[in-house]
Amino acid sequence: MDAQVTDPAPRDDSIAVRIRGVVNRFGDATVHDGVELDVRRGEILGVVGGSGTGKSVLMRSVIGLQTPSEGEIEVFGEPMVGRDEDDTIAIRKRWGILFQGGALFSTLTVAENVQVPLREFYPQLSQSLMDEIAAYKVRMSGLPEDAGAKYPSELSGGMRKRAGLARALALDPELLFLDEPTAGLDPIGAAAFDELTLSLKRTLGLTVFLITHDLDTLYAICDRVAVLADKQVIAVGTIPELLALDHPWIQEYFNGPRGRAATAAVARHEKVNA
Amino acid sequence: MLEVADYTLEDRGTARVVAFTGPLTLSKLGTLPDRLDSVTEGLATIDLSRIERIDTVGAWIVHRLAVRSGAKVVGASPDAANLIEQVGSAAAPMLVRPERIGSFNRVLGEVGQATLLAGRTMLGLLGFFGAACIAFANVVRHPKRFRLNAVVQQFEVVGVSALGIVGLMSFLIGLVIAQQGAVQLRQFGFESFTINLIGRITLRELGVLMTAIMVAGRSGSAFAAQIGTMKLTEEIDAMRTIGMSPMETLVLPRIIAAVVLMPLLGFYASVIAIIGGGIYCWVDLGIPPVTFIQRLREVVPLTDFYVGMVKAPVFGLIIALSGCFQGMQVEGNAEDVGMRTTAAVVQAIFLVIVLDAFFAVFFTGIGWS
Repeated sequence: MDAQVTDPAPRDDSIAVRIRGVVNRFGDATVHDGVELDVRRGEILGVVGGSGTGKSVLMRSVIGLQTPSEGEIEVFGEPMVGRDEDDTIAIRKRWGILFQGGALFSTLTVAENVQVPLREFYPQLSQSLMDEIAAYKVRMSGLPEDAGAKYPSELSGGMRKRAGLARALALDPELLFLDEPTAGLDPIGAAAFDELTLSLKRTLGLTVFLITHDLDTLYAICDRVAVLADKQVIAVGTIPELLALDHPWIQEYFNGPRGRAATAAVARHEKVNA
Repeated sequence: MLEVADYTLEDRGTARVVAFTGPLTLSKLGTLPDRLDSVTEGLATIDLSRIERIDTVGAWIVHRLAVRSGAKVVGASPDAANLIEQVGSAAAPMLVRPERIGSFNRVLGEVGQATLLAGRTMLGLLGFFGAACIAFANVVRHPKRFRLNAVVQQFEVVGVSALGIVGLMSFLIGLVIAQQGAVQLRQFGFESFTINLIGRITLRELGVLMTAIMVAGRSGSAFAAQIGTMKLTEEIDAMRTIGMSPMETLVLPRIIAAVVLMPLLGFYASVIAIIGGGIYCWVDLGIPPVTFIQRLREVVPLTDFYVGMVKAPVFGLIIALSGCFQGMQVEGNAEDVGMRTTAAVVQAIFLVIVLDAFFAVFFTGIGWS
């Protein structure tokens, strides 16, 4: 059942994130008990699981906001657990993170938000160049021109997510973490966000670690899907591979009414394209 | 990894060519963008055939050089050409921050807005007081709608849990007044008048005033934050749809608790402050407790106690009103809850002190001095 959890012979440079035996405990509650997962370079890996299975906790463990009780995590081949924050700056420059609510700095405008990482890591850039970079990043994230000078409180939820994505992309990261990017967006906005993620992945060669509940997103853009259940990653693979497995949760997830609807939508889409 | 982005200038025939080398990515740019400013003149071609990697920032540098000089980009790999095109199509002049208006106009505007806001707030507070009165009248007419549990719970939060901190504060204030008073009065040989000072000032003014400030900080802020958060999570809207009046269920219990408990807390604070002052008199001035109490009964008129007890419920009303009012004004985001909470405390303390001044004049006027 857990055939694809790990690569048989993982080559180091082909793996962006390697998670081995991660255990996360909060008091008496164990959220993860031996999570094993590889994120390959250049793929969009979807992470799914029921509410409370620790999808966000897993992401926070990888990006260093939560120190796992046990286990090893490597990003770009560098160990992350127990490292000093200063030692991991080189890696921090290579990833971007989109939090669920956007997590924009409320006292700064959208464009200034995008400039924060640039200013922090590359202070030698001139202000005019930084303004230009912020401008095209904001536009590339699908926001209109006048959004740059707005404050986060003036934006809708969907626009805030796009602005958060613009900030996550500020440093041209190789690895992008997205925490439920399409939650709370209308279907059109969600589809546009999926499209945007896919096109960014294609043009920039991004690796994406994508937490989502959105079946349409999974079908539309994910190369592989990892399923978190029973405190572990119980399976990783393409959706057809997962469907072949006999796990009740996976079956219910993909073959429930919503799962079937998403499958049908993809099938229809493919027929139209053919 | 030492390799950085660079360029070479060549003159091929009549055309000037800039050829980029190395990785054209953000982390390897170094000072390249600044150095490029000088090469726009007469540039005909930008050669990208020798770059190793390119990201959007590199693509942007190429794009802006091409736009500025009108040069042609050659030798770009399909990926690089794609990136440059994408970045170029996203190019647009954009304001990074809202346009600033002149400082004179800004100050003028801010003053005007603050005045308007203050006026509106006072008006709103008055309206809120009216709504609270109506809610109270409704509950009196329909006693079944009185929420005893909520009121009792607020009694505990506003009163019982405040005993510790109010007591400690009052005790220390009593000590300080006695000590400072004794130092001054000693110069005239009237140390025994310290008792008059402690007895009168605590019962008449400080006991209730300091308690009001403490309650505003403790409970007024909590009212605003609780109700504000409930407003934010749409709990209050949910209540309304079920048919519960938020004025009756949330605001009234808090107002009742504050109005009833402020006199009790104020009296308690006065007593503790007098005990603190008495201990100082005993230890430093050698006045035994029995003498201290006897003297208190002689010099402190009962009207001082009345003055404190008349003011206290009014202060309680004001604290609860501004706390609940500001909480109900919360809209939009969590930031607003913080701002409204601050506003509730500032407004409550300000109004309490203003009213205290009015009370002082009034009570002196009617001869309770």
